[in-house]
Amino acid sequence: MKRRSFVQASMALGSFGALGTMVGCASVGRVPEKARVVVVGGGYGGATAAKYVRMLSNYQIDVTLIEPNGEFVSCPISNLVIGGSKTMADITTPYDKLSGKHGVNIVRDYVASVDPIKKTVTLASGPSIRYDKLIMSPGIDLMFTTIDGLKEANASGQILQAWKAGPETLALRKQLEAMDDGGVYAITIPEAPYRCPPGPYERASQVAHYFKQHKPKSKVLILDANQDVTSKGPLFKKFWADNYKGILEYMPQHKVVAVDAKTNTLKFDVQNDVKANVLNVLPAMRAGGIAVQSSLANVNARWCGVHYQTFESTQAKDIHVIGDSIMLAPLMPKSGHMANSHGKVTAAAIVAQLSDMPVNPAPFLSNTCYSFVNDKLVVHVASVHQYDAKDKTYKTVPGSGGVSSAPNELEGIYAWNWAQNIWADSLM
Amino acid sequence: MKTTSPYLLRLLAATALMLGTSIASHAQDKATQLHNRATAAMCANCHGTDGRTTDGSAIPSLVGMPKDYMVLQLKAFKDGTRPATVMHQITKGLTDAQIDTIATYYAATKR
Repeated sequence: MKRRSFVQASMALGSFGALGTMVGCASVGRVPEKARVVVVGGGYGGATAAKYVRMLSNYQIDVTLIEPNGEFVSCPISNLVIGGSKTMADITTPYDKLSGKHGVNIVRDYVASVDPIKKTVTLASGPSIRYDKLIMSPGIDLMFTTIDGLKEANASGQILQAWKAGPETLALRKQLEAMDDGGVYAITIPEAPYRCPPGPYERASQVAHYFKQHKPKSKVLILDANQDVTSKGPLFKKFWADNYKGILEYMPQHKVVAVDAKTNTLKFDVQNDVKANVLNVLPAMRAGGIAVQSSLANVNARWCGVHYQTFESTQAKDIHVIGDSIMLAPLMPKSGHMANSHGKVTAAAIVAQLSDMPVNPAPFLSNTCYSFVNDKLVVHVASVHQYDAKDKTYKTVPGSGGVSSAPNELEGIYAWNWAQNIWADSLM
Repeated sequence: MKTTSPYLLRLLAATALMLGTSIASHAQDKATQLHNRATAAMCANCHGTDGRTTDGSAIPSLVGMPKDYMVLQLKAFKDGTRPATVMHQITKGLTDAQIDTIATYYAATKR
């Protein structure tokens, strides 16, 4: 079916009721000429914002969500797929409830450009949609070209990132399964800030757990551009010393500058080269491509500055940026849980603004982030961020937040339940 | 042309003022309702949308939880008398007013 006739067929099928109670309708919606709220990106931030604009407006404000992927694949828990204790199906959630239950009109496409003056979003397939409010939640862009040779080595499927969960998650698992016992897996970590601060250490722990069970002569190398473990450091390091001694080695202050795909070698700015059988290179990150291209990434040309009370861009009126793309207030991590929180504060602010009501003067955000150190034991970090009207930023409350006292199985249960509940809260 | 009596004018003015106040307070109620709902939604990341967790979740549902009970539990987490994995750290970041708002919201949601 050609695109045009497909779109027309969708239009015929897809007129949503005002209450959005149509169940089981197609997850790919029509391309409207105009939507009061357009959301770009259906991850933890965008999906949550889309759902909560609908809910908080009592289903009065129409929302179109533009997302290229047919299903949501979670980054949190994806390290367990790499470690072998979960599957891709476990971390995948369809978008059909967002459309069927909440009446979000989902358009499956990329955004080619944004015009903040005309207030339009143009899709990669051609048509434009006018908006009153635009929510940009495009996640991160991996800056492959900051490391010589990486772009080509990643494109060929040899050196993976698997930092955006999806096909690379499974491909990395397959590389580890195919590796002979006695081989080396090396993961490199860029300088902070990057998406999911504890994520690389969790991943290294998952691979070490897999090796310990199935390939005991193999090694895990963590090559970290930072001075030290950036999150839950003492907890990770104690667990590694107690459980992965001789398997996992941590090396701080190792900044990768180049990869040699022919010899599977990492080159650093100062230290000696490192060769490994499976290379997992995480380059520096910045705001998602469409945010950078739309000039919203106005902090160091990498992150998007926002007014924290509403998440409205400091660059463009009526464009709100949420999730990993934003320039963070101090101590705010780039996490899925935080993106979900941004989505709710933003949805409430937009519903207020579009209804001529005052915006909440005192919003707050919460974060809870669980890391699996093997297939069952978990450590967490939690924080609460209250909006400070005087300084116009979020501040953690003294005495609040913290980490686990030790890895424990109870939090392993909570971590998996957290995932199921936040997927439902964001998408269902 | 017949002139309107000063009495009638005063009555009209008073009615208009009352109506205006009532509309303004209705708008304020709606705004407060929206802000409170968004505040309560900060629990939903773990405890499910409107406090409804997924089937079999070890994390408790909050929907329909009696207000006094919930305030008591949240304050017990906050002052450390009820042990927790995470909630003692989260509740220390909340004001008593936020705890009240959250407990009021979930008590009013229907199971």
